Amino acid sequence: MTHRVRVFSLAATLVLLVFGAAGLHAGDTEDEIQRYREMINDPMANPAFLNVDRGEALWKLARGEKNVSLETCDLGKGPGILDGAYAELPRYFADSDSVMDLEQRLLWCMTTIQALDTKEIVARKFSTPGTTSDMEDLVAYIANKSSGMTFHIPLDDVQEQNAYAVGEELFYRRGSLLDFSCATCHSADSARIRTTQLPNLTKPGKDATETMGSWPTYRVSQSQMRTMQNRLWDCYRQMRMPPPEYGSAGLTALMIYLAKQADGGTLNVPSIKR
Amino acid sequence: MSPQSSANRGSPMRTLTLCAALFIAGAMNAVAHDTGEHHDEGAQRSGAGDPSITEPYVQEMWRNAEATWKVRLKQDETQASCSRFRNAPPDDVAEKILAREASTVVLPKDGQVLGKWQDGEKVAQSGRGGQFSDNADTVNGGNCYACHQMAKSELSFGTLGPSLSEYGKLRNFSAEAARDTFAKIYNPQATVACSNMPRFGAHAFLTEQQIKDVVAYLFDPDSPVNK
Repeated sequence: MTHRVRVFSLAATLVLLVFGAAGLHAGDTEDEIQRYREMINDPMANPAFLNVDRGEALWKLARGEKNVSLETCDLGKGPGILDGAYAELPRYFADSDSVMDLEQRLLWCMTTIQALDTKEIVARKFSTPGTTSDMEDLVAYIANKSSGMTFHIPLDDVQEQNAYAVGEELFYRRGSLLDFSCATCHSADSARIRTTQLPNLTKPGKDATETMGSWPTYRVSQSQMRTMQNRLWDCYRQMRMPPPEYGSAGLTALMIYLAKQADGGTLNVPSIKR
Repeated sequence: MSPQSSANRGSPMRTLTLCAALFIAGAMNAVAHDTGEHHDEGAQRSGAGDPSITEPYVQEMWRNAEATWKVRLKQDETQASCSRFRNAPPDDVAEKILAREASTVVLPKDGQVLGKWQDGEKVAQSGRGGQFSDNADTVNGGNCYACHQMAKSELSFGTLGPSLSEYGKLRNFSAEAARDTFAKIYNPQATVACSNMPRFGAHAFLTEQQIKDVVAYLFDPDSPVNK
């Protein structure tokens, strides 16, 4: 509730910021862009904390055929342990004998623990102005429990190592109508698309830690909280590929590759950005 | 829509979905284990990756894509080579790419490569087309400004590619340079193997007329690019 009051009282600020962005091109570019980024990066004005609140309620909500909550779900640190769990994902899970990211793992827990039909949940995987997303809300809540902590991706399981190798290859895989790969935009230092600064995600360092440490995020341009699954889906849209399958092994492979580049970096989530 | 509205739907479907998920996960793991060795050998042999390990994952990532979209999953030879060598192909591979891509370039029959710069500006500004969020009747854009500086009056430009400011002026508005530029936009990999720039003409992403208009945007003395 405190989140809610805070958010609504500052909604006007956000509106002003968005209008401010429209006037950006007239200003002197880099400094102005940086100033805009700092202005919107205010956790006290971040509507994604509404998602955090809703996610907490969903985590504790009994549902599914078994009418139980997700509170016994093991996200890698033991049943029900949320603190620091997101900072170590994706990771290998022995019970499913696979590497999973948070969203895959949540679907797994819904199916195995709650006996919940996830079809309708997946249909709402990305929120719209009229529909909330249980997945986005749960991710906001759980990721927030790792905020301030550092990424720890040791890759000490052979399946994690394999996923990393696949993720790296996928990162460089060019295809479709414009020959794009992830590397097209994310392998140069200090490059921009239009006025958007592009992180170099091919190596460990500041770009990778700041990028991976700021997802999930509230996207001002979309007026929604978004997860890494959504970000990769949007990248493939721009790469002129078909929509990738939500929670697929390939997306998780890309995520473990990216998370490894951010190893040791601090999480500050949910963040807020353009 | 209540979060519980679907709680009592049939469990056979759910079990089936779960089994399918497990099967796919298992198959993926098996493939990854199998090809892991190949990956190492490939890396030792050539200093490059082994893109073949991605293909089962690509199939799985887009298993529900519509048939008309699935054709985009298949790489052509140049895409596969550039992926494998991470855009830094060894000389022999680069030569093959250059030869193959040069053979795709089709210059306008009448030799006229200059269209209308005002239309070229629209192509340079538009980043639309070919995305699953676009309508079927969306006119494709070249999105030149995403990566290049062009007219100095446009401050929203990217830096992945070189600045094209005063492009024609710096080349004395030469007819030969304009023809080379048409070919370059048609297929940049005919001159630079594994260039990051899309093969706009070879993929038929832009029409011949659109490419001519962009060439005019770069070469017309009245174009803002040359101001």
